Amino acid sequence: MSDLLMQMSAKAEKLNIPLSVQLDLTYRCNERCVHCYLDHHDHGEMTTAEIKHLLDEMAEAGVFILTLSGGEIFLRKDFFDLLEHARRLMFCVKLKTNAVLIREREAARLRDLNVESIQISIYSHRPEVHDAITLIPGSLKRSVAAIKFLKSQGLKVIIANVLMSQNMQDYPGVRALAAELGVECTLDPTVTPMMDGNRSPLALGVDQGVLRQVFRDTALVGDVEEFCAIPTPAGEDEMESTPCSAGHTACYVSPYGEVFPCVQFPLPTGNVRQQRFVDIWRHSEQMNDVRSIRLKDLTTCPSCSHAATCTRCPGLAFMEGNMRGPSTQDCEKSFARTGIPSANMLAKKAAGANLRNANLVQIRALPTAIGSATAGAIA
Amino acid sequence: MSRLYVARNPRVAARSLDGEMMIMSGRDSTLFTLNKTATILWQSADGTTPLDHIVEHRICTEFEVAPAEALQDAETLARELARHEILQISEEPIPPRSPLAGESR
Repeated sequence: MSDLLMQMSAKAEKLNIPLSVQLDLTYRCNERCVHCYLDHHDHGEMTTAEIKHLLDEMAEAGVFILTLSGGEIFLRKDFFDLLEHARRLMFCVKLKTNAVLIREREAARLRDLNVESIQISIYSHRPEVHDAITLIPGSLKRSVAAIKFLKSQGLKVIIANVLMSQNMQDYPGVRALAAELGVECTLDPTVTPMMDGNRSPLALGVDQGVLRQVFRDTALVGDVEEFCAIPTPAGEDEMESTPCSAGHTACYVSPYGEVFPCVQFPLPTGNVRQQRFVDIWRHSEQMNDVRSIRLKDLTTCPSCSHAATCTRCPGLAFMEGNMRGPSTQDCEKSFARTGIPSANMLAKKAAGANLRNANLVQIRALPTAIGSATAGAIA
Repeated sequence: MSRLYVARNPRVAARSLDGEMMIMSGRDSTLFTLNKTATILWQSADGTTPLDHIVEHRICTEFEVAPAEALQDAETLARELARHEILQISEEPIPPRSPLAGESR
């Protein structure tokens, strides 16, 4: 993030303005990725008119960065109509897609509409690995062809590579592919449970050995010594700090109009079909609860040696049962970086608990019909 | 002396944050912020209102500044913003680019 954008984010946080929103247009998808957390069915997506109205409300509320994602966004027949509306409102629009449906025509249209960037999921440079994850034969070939169409239009493309046991040896190959195509590449070792609470995707995550290897790859982390340094104790400023932008300057809206603090934080806070977006943002009890969290208030983390440097995700912690608790996946990352177990890991070890079998909050969508919000149930 | 017309470039992304515009270049995603005077200029840049009219009726009414000096500063600013492809400038009125003439918020 640039210094100026950080300044703008700090200003937006102070003014309680949602600077950035991810809006999923659909959960339907033309791929069936083995690790995906969505159910791929349409349970009553917002209509074109509803989404345009929401975009108007978001612009009014001060949203600047709009990420359109899914599911596969190009499965919405009104996608370009919505995108055109978003750009007319002068959002900075970022897209997340598998790009399978992007050809020359679509790429040219995206250029005409001045999309800021297009993030495309690529799991491996090898078709047999990528296609075995998407479960769609030929999908790598089509996604790579789309990247070339987009690049030929001068658009910014970012390859997103999720690291799993199935493709853990292939990230250098994906990075080489990205370099060959002249695009950026990101690597994410985080796999999340499914929306219905099914935890099977977690079994696809990489183990400590692979994390350690990744965190010591200079091509990825730069200065390994600095990245993997022994953590220093958290000071007073860190104890007063907020965990991330979720609920502070960013939130997520599902295809059914439900608003959550983040796509990875399934705490229902309201539905734009029943309330104005800005009212949910400003007045939702749940959103304000998320906003109130400071490091010093957490259950286990303040005493942890990683407190100052941990990437603890409050959404993943929520899925483990307590948004003020630790996020085991982040504990494992801190451990892989430094070799020092987190306070949470030590406590669970003492209690004889299996970290990967922690109880998770079931991610359950809000009812789409008119009605009150329901909180996630404990699995 | 010919009149100058200014129009928001619809290729950019833009939003007002506490009265100041954040603008992201459509060319290279560089982020700019405009101070309050430049924000007034941006918000008034509809392509059909001449710059001298914007200065006289929007800027001089807001700030204590001599009209001639303000117009000179505004022209310099407009040309600088045009250099970054944030504004379009012309000696003729600028018709909105269909279908994406950006709405300023």
